[in-house]
Amino acid sequence: MGLHNTEYKGLLGWIDARMPTMMAEYKRHVSEYYAPKNFNFWYIFGSLALVVLVLQIVTGIFLTMHYKPDAAMAFASVEYIMREVPGGWFIRYLHSTGASFFFIVVYLHMFRGLLYGSYRKPRELIWIFGCLIFLCLMAEAFFGYLLPWGQMSYWGAQVIVNLFAAIPLIGPDLALWIRGDYVIGDATLNRFFAFHVIAIPLLLLGLAVAHILALHDVGSNNPDGVEIKDRLDPATGKPLDGIPFHPYYTVHDIFGLSLFMIAFFAILFFAPELFGYFIEWNNFIPADPLQTPTHIAPVWYFTPYYSILRATTTEFMLVLAVATVLYGVLLFFALRSGIGKAVVAVTTLVLLAGYFVLDPKFWGVVLMGASTLIFFGLPWLDQAPVKSMRYRPGWHFVLLMAFAVVFIVLGYFGTQPPSPVNQYTSMVGTLLYFAFFLLMPWWSRMGGFGPVPDRVSFAAH
Amino acid sequence: MSSSIANPPVDDGRRLAIAATCVAGGAGVIAAMVPLVDSFNPSERAKAAGAPVEADLSGLTPGDKMTVEWRGKPVWILRRTPQMIASVKSTADRVADPASARNAYPTPPYAKNELRSIKPEYFIAVGICSHLGCSPVGPLAGGSNAQLGADPGFLCPCHGSTFDLAGRVFKNKPAPDNLEVPPHKYLSDAVVLIGDDANA
Repeated sequence: MGLHNTEYKGLLGWIDARMPTMMAEYKRHVSEYYAPKNFNFWYIFGSLALVVLVLQIVTGIFLTMHYKPDAAMAFASVEYIMREVPGGWFIRYLHSTGASFFFIVVYLHMFRGLLYGSYRKPRELIWIFGCLIFLCLMAEAFFGYLLPWGQMSYWGAQVIVNLFAAIPLIGPDLALWIRGDYVIGDATLNRFFAFHVIAIPLLLLGLAVAHILALHDVGSNNPDGVEIKDRLDPATGKPLDGIPFHPYYTVHDIFGLSLFMIAFFAILFFAPELFGYFIEWNNFIPADPLQTPTHIAPVWYFTPYYSILRATTTEFMLVLAVATVLYGVLLFFALRSGIGKAVVAVTTLVLLAGYFVLDPKFWGVVLMGASTLIFFGLPWLDQAPVKSMRYRPGWHFVLLMAFAVVFIVLGYFGTQPPSPVNQYTSMVGTLLYFAFFLLMPWWSRMGGFGPVPDRVSFAAH
Repeated sequence: MSSSIANPPVDDGRRLAIAATCVAGGAGVIAAMVPLVDSFNPSERAKAAGAPVEADLSGLTPGDKMTVEWRGKPVWILRRTPQMIASVKSTADRVADPASARNAYPTPPYAKNELRSIKPEYFIAVGICSHLGCSPVGPLAGGSNAQLGADPGFLCPCHGSTFDLAGRVFKNKPAPDNLEVPPHKYLSDAVVLIGDDANA
């Protein structure tokens, strides 16, 4: 009475009779989730990101057992973990190397999306959840970087919190509210610890679940950009080009994971600071509020955006004003609706006025924010009639690679001390970065598009 | 079985009561957020730590800089040589705000002069760049640094802003404003109080 009619025997049958959800969800998401059979190398990064998330949570739990979130003790407690806690150095390096690898994996995962149009209809929500995960990940990394209380921790946090002080009117009070003190101090460290170990991880887990649920509702994209759900096997109702996630892709991903681990542990054991890129040298000096290190830069994964921030000076504002006018004119003539034209005209004029009224510092912060938020717009900026680069003109691929190069160049210059060469390269890079996205509605329509096949292209190995 | 049991008419009075309860409950939830948001503000202890500090200038030789901590920030006291004072007069047309007219970090009226100080010899400023809060290095001698060029002054290592020896930011640099001059007053010839300028 009241028991679910189960197909399983023994203990599993006993559980299934009382909680059929468990096996039903296992089937829905694992053993009977049909993924396209033509996944390639690019498709391992999603599951790798999940593995790294678990790694960060597990190592993080162990680190909190020894770490002290107190300005007077934090630096020493990290050194205590490194030198005296049995296996402590290994746990700490797993966590710090894991942080950088999280970004490597996520950037490659996002690049895959750009390569095969994974954000296009009907996968816009998956992409939005993914972008939110990316933002949370940046927040998580930023809060975490303060915790060792080294010079880079301290001055990096000082710079980023002061970004909020650039907001007109409320800025300075907002920065004070975030810090809880007149400078970065014990209050700041304590609250960043709370954000890093509980608030953001909870958000991150929730978003990861939403990302995967949204994916499993519409199904995975693939390198051909073909919707496998359009061709079902009449006998079974399953996609003809789909194979169950387990065992096919669990095995595929375990193979990818083993390659990943080779790279991961090579760095962990032989160059855990990766020549100052994964953990900056200055962070081995305790935080000193009275002395800024001679060169400060964020960790590598933030440097492209940091370059954009630095590029925005008085000189650049003129370039920005010209670019804004040109783009406003382009949009004005491209839009057909009168309301659209009016909105564009007013926005352009308001921006132009703002460029001259407010400090370049404020606009630097705005551009840096925009450079991370613009990813949200991709599903609507990309107007190509096909999803995958495979069936788009060759020069679309060239543009995508050019964007990747600009991203890396901006990232490189973000790690370097300020200089005129750095300054001008970053300015050009900033313009190209935004041009790639903002001109996409035009360029993505141009050129000849190859016929997209009905079925995925796949050769059995 | 009458249809009114399966599908009773909507009781408007109850609907209204539900809405009113939700509004009252919502207001309570919002009110409960206030202390949470307020807990982020500086505590009484942090405010007390922001009290004024005294600095003794008697040991400072011309050309030297000392740093005292006020509200956790580095406050510089630079004893300028006559050459240093002369250099400030030569940079007036190359700095962004020679008369300290901008208001992001308002300059106290008693320092609103070319040298941005009460006494020409002693320059007192918060050693934090108005860009993003790094602490500039200096004073650097003229010609010793590519970004400063021939002028002596301060250089922010983070984003390359440069300042002259009155803390005035050079044109076309990331920093939007001059170095902040904190409220201060001289208690005697050799003692200055930083953080308080009442009855100065």
